[in-house]
Amino acid sequence: MTAHLKVKAAVRSTMPPSPSLVRHHAFGNVGDRTYRTILTLLALLLPLLLLAVAAQLAVSSWPALKKFGPSFLVTSTWDPVAEVYGAAPMIFGTVVSSLLGLVIAVPLALGAAIFLTEFAPRWVRQPLAFLVELLAAVPSVVYGLWGVFVLIPFLRSVAVPPLKGLLGWTPLFKGVFYGNSMLAGGVILAIMIVPYIAAVSREVLLAVPATQREAALGLGATRWEAVWTAVLPYGRSGIIGAVMLGFGRALGETMAVTLVIGNRHELGASLLQPAYTMAAAIANEFTEATTQMYLSALFAVGLVLFVVTIAVNALARLLVWRVARGAAVGSTAL
Amino acid sequence: MTSLVAALALVAVLPLLFIFGDLIHKGATSIDWNFFLKSPVPAGEPGGGVANAIVGTGIVVGLACVIGLPIGIGAGLFLAEYGGGRLGWLVRFVADVMNGTPSIVIGIFAWTWLVRPLGHFSALAGSVALAVLMMPMLARTTEEMVRLVPNSLREAALALGYPRWRTSLAVVVRTALGGIVTGALVAVARIAGETAPLLFTTLGNLNFSTSITNPMQTLSLQIYVYATGPFDEWHRLAWAAALVLMGFVLVVAIAARWATRQRYGTR
Repeated sequence: MTAHLKVKAAVRSTMPPSPSLVRHHAFGNVGDRTYRTILTLLALLLPLLLLAVAAQLAVSSWPALKKFGPSFLVTSTWDPVAEVYGAAPMIFGTVVSSLLGLVIAVPLALGAAIFLTEFAPRWVRQPLAFLVELLAAVPSVVYGLWGVFVLIPFLRSVAVPPLKGLLGWTPLFKGVFYGNSMLAGGVILAIMIVPYIAAVSREVLLAVPATQREAALGLGATRWEAVWTAVLPYGRSGIIGAVMLGFGRALGETMAVTLVIGNRHELGASLLQPAYTMAAAIANEFTEATTQMYLSALFAVGLVLFVVTIAVNALARLLVWRVARGAAVGSTAL
Repeated sequence: MTSLVAALALVAVLPLLFIFGDLIHKGATSIDWNFFLKSPVPAGEPGGGVANAIVGTGIVVGLACVIGLPIGIGAGLFLAEYGGGRLGWLVRFVADVMNGTPSIVIGIFAWTWLVRPLGHFSALAGSVALAVLMMPMLARTTEEMVRLVPNSLREAALALGYPRWRTSLAVVVRTALGGIVTGALVAVARIAGETAPLLFTTLGNLNFSTSITNPMQTLSLQIYVYATGPFDEWHRLAWAAALVLMGFVLVVAIAARWATRQRYGTR
């Protein structure tokens, strides 16, 4: 970028000041200034929008924040009739379902990214990368529909009985499994974030210089050892960033989770029980919020969700940029 | 170890194959002319279609493009042409962060500005929410595509005495047009399936409506309502609607990919 700017500046400064060119140049300057101003204003809209969203959420949630204070985050009562609101179960459900999603998705996504960049035969790479991209293109509500009518029956009849037999004694798998549950939410989230983590990790691995691999291979490493000792450590911060991007996606995911997680305002350790997430609470209750305080409490939930996802995303981007400098990784992955 | 990562890659894409299989298996039998040409019938009765939702999706997404495309592409051009400085860094960073903002938060933002003051739900509010969602995506893909234009082209135009703005519009943008169109298609494919930001803005509508100041039905909202409903007939229509929506997204995604391949080859 800066390189060609310099070239252009050099080109401009060496232009001969002939009369016709001067006139043209002066006109060009007006045009240039206008063009630049218009583009700058359009670009400034993005930071302004982000500020506007943050400010609006803060203002709308102020009554609830003023009334409940920090206890809003740790109280687990959510009672619109008594006007007492605490978001602890939703925050818990959001974090746990997203972490569960990550635990399942990270090995699959990293495996796919490593396979795609390092091991796959050339003819496999393009189609497989395209399939991973398509996975990101499936609308959330379609994942939800599939989750309700295919995934949950599958979990109920195939996956959960052996899990309960094996781990039923732990608090994680206590209770009866009816279907809509933290487990279903985590699994659907895992499927949904695999393409994001895989796409960004792939971009990061592609950005690792070939000399890293060549040096390791030259020292006698096998291809796998080269990946493990030279490529992955080089891209480490980028891969951590990719995982965090997936985490951010999972935190804010709404429709699919709303359809399968059970929507129950309670804290529970068991993954087989229904749970709730912040996004699902907003989706379900926003149009039902009849009182100012109820509405304000939902805005407060939105604010918490917004702040957390912004923080996770910002950190993730900085980490990814350290490896693939300034690249728009992931934004081309649908 | 190679076979381990190959197996992981296979498991990663397996759900996609299952989802496509189920969509075709459960949705294809319900698709006929009535499905495309009729509006829904009262709950519990057989028959009916999703004509209102198909038209509604077109209107809501089209309007979102009218608002979002100029802003997103303009911001992308700024990043590519003038984005070297601190402001460029900020806009780039904000665009990337906004890409990860939960869409439901944008939904309640649009509700506060366009639904509460006007006193009623409207398709327009949903379009604005979708436009906000597509802007950062567009900005980043446009920037990437414009950056691929060789510098020699700019320099040739500048050397011929073109001012910078004409160089940018007549030479750079024209060269990168295929890539910019691809970015736009990808953004359209993404917002066409969005549901969460439409829940409190576009709301949904059981009847056929083309008025952008009134509630409107979209395929995504219809799938949500039908999936949560108690009737088998609704579930059947939900699968069919999901197949149509997925088909649309797939066609756009493939078109986008094809357009890039034509232009720049593949990586």
